[in-house]
Amino acid sequence: MASLIEVKGLKTYFYTYRGVVHAVDGADFSIESEKALCVVGESGCGKSVTALSIMGLIEKPGKLESGEILYHRNGSVTDLSKLDPEGEVYRSIRGREISMIFQEPMISLNPVYTIGNQIMEAIILHQKVGKKEARMRALAMLKAVGVSLPSQRIDEYPHQLSGGMRQRAMIAMAISCNPKLLIADEPTTALDVTVEAQVLSLIRDLRKEFKMALMLITHDLGVVANMADEVIIMYLGKIVEKSNVKNIFHNTKHPYTQGLMNSIPSLTTTKKDRLIPIAGNVPDPLIALSGCCFESRCPQKTAICKGEIPPLKQVAPGHQVACWLYN
Amino acid sequence: MSSDNIILEVKNLKKYYPVIKGFLKREVAYVKAVDGVDLFIKEGETLGLVGESGCGKTTLGRAVLQLVKPTAGEILFRYKKDNGSDDQQEVVNVTNATREELRKLRRYMQIVFQDPFSSLDPRMTIGTIVEEPLVIHKIGNKSEREDRVRQLLISVGLSPDHVGRYPHEFSGGQRQRIGIARSLALGPKLIIADEPVSALDVSIQAQILNLLDDLQSEFGLTYLFIAHNLSVIKYVSDRVAVMYLGKIVELAKTDELFANLKHPYSEALMSAIPVPNPDYQMDRILLEGDVPSPVNPPSGCSFHPRCRYAEEVCKTKVPLLRNLNNEHYVACHLAESLNLRCV
Repeated sequence: MASLIEVKGLKTYFYTYRGVVHAVDGADFSIESEKALCVVGESGCGKSVTALSIMGLIEKPGKLESGEILYHRNGSVTDLSKLDPEGEVYRSIRGREISMIFQEPMISLNPVYTIGNQIMEAIILHQKVGKKEARMRALAMLKAVGVSLPSQRIDEYPHQLSGGMRQRAMIAMAISCNPKLLIADEPTTALDVTVEAQVLSLIRDLRKEFKMALMLITHDLGVVANMADEVIIMYLGKIVEKSNVKNIFHNTKHPYTQGLMNSIPSLTTTKKDRLIPIAGNVPDPLIALSGCCFESRCPQKTAICKGEIPPLKQVAPGHQVACWLYN
Repeated sequence: MSSDNIILEVKNLKKYYPVIKGFLKREVAYVKAVDGVDLFIKEGETLGLVGESGCGKTTLGRAVLQLVKPTAGEILFRYKKDNGSDDQQEVVNVTNATREELRKLRRYMQIVFQDPFSSLDPRMTIGTIVEEPLVIHKIGNKSEREDRVRQLLISVGLSPDHVGRYPHEFSGGQRQRIGIARSLALGPKLIIADEPVSALDVSIQAQILNLLDDLQSEFGLTYLFIAHNLSVIKYVSDRVAVMYLGKIVELAKTDELFANLKHPYSEALMSAIPVPNPDYQMDRILLEGDVPSPVNPPSGCSFHPRCRYAEEVCKTKVPLLRNLNNEHYVACHLAESLNLRCV
């Protein structure tokens, strides 16, 4: 399978008045076409910033410091990081070939336009069709994402819809131009479990139907197990482990990933098995670290961990870990 | 079962919020947030209350503390007074208590809120925050109180040197620890934990869950633990109550409930949880649609429009919560005949 997006050495920094935050600090990964990549990590680990960097939506005080974002289309390669984020080319890609859905559908929908209007806007902008045709397509999209009574809902405002319906409307908007890649940033975190299950199964079905690649950002390992082909685990702006979904769960290597696995209660844990939390807190991102980013909380640290940054190294075919234990 | 170790008993509790419309502010309808809930909590146990947003679980928790005034129903709270050597048990109907009585009662029942960012006053140091309940209840003198605050901070895993700092200097998990220290300050018997971990990152969640567990055995606390995450509920609870649209639909001991589901809603809730195992293949039961509006709940069993087993009787007759066997309560007409998938 061919790569759709190749990210090489991506660094996105934020220049705040208190100092420089290395939000993404040298990320390398690729997204294969029609595959699902899950990006896992806790808040502040840089997973959303990675997605926004691909979308060209980094705003001041943030800056794409260095690195390449190679986008393969029709045999040619475009480096998105070199494009002007507000230029013609990027705007023809963003929303059309790469589109994104966000965590909180109420904030990302415009409250003063009907959802039909908002879906049509994307269609008219990118597909050069008339209003009537756009409305037809918007209606078809709403039907495809399983909105009940689409002909009635299309003229309703976001506040009239429930959380699950709003997220469906967002998805309809995102896929209305048949994108090659859908980036979903915690799409179900704000939803209830029963609605979450509906939305996840919808995304899975649509991905097959529209032959999209998916980059799903989440902190829920249950969602990862259900949705992912490939997984990257991020911590403090760095990728600490990268592999296919089976290895991540059955052959967990990095102490941070192991910590995450041990700290979630599942339906098979009972009160007698105590959870093993990761000690401590995520360190202040303003303080530059000379060694491994996880050193301060790692139960298996050695002398070398504080002094040198571990490189991402292959431990098995397709399984990479950044940890001195495996070097 | 003897009733003397029951610490809290809720009888037919209702909380309706009026929907007001028009110039005359007429009450045109009611949001039935809690609609006839019966339950009890035994001393030293954790009762988990689980349900989706809008099902009334938070309102129920707040009504127990009288933070919202219930429309109808009784809340009986049994406790032993701290002062006095005789082990005289007091029973109070919280719903009838006066302001003064309530204030005294709050020594014994406390709450931990969901959002550790909005439940701490940003202009108070954490020492003042944790000390405040002691000041209000006139406990000890200044130096005794300061000692107590230091002790409390240690018992929730914070450094006593932090007393002079402000909430913004702490991370989410640490703030939740401060909230817990504040609720422990008066030595309560019952703590209502309203989604205490849902705003926290996964690695921090486990720390707080373990802390709550330790504090329970250390101080002999009783928890009403409210959450929407079934895995968390299963981990912390001795008994579990499942709520849907203001009513309890199933209530049983944790092991019994998860091994022997009896309500179709519990089954759907259970099957909707994403399982962290990529090999786990299960055809999920996807519920159609959303939770209906509590303003105008469906007739009969309020779950019937989304229930895949619904029969004619479900549309007309409201199922009552009944004891199937061995204190497994369920509100479903078909509970005996259904063969539901369990974990």
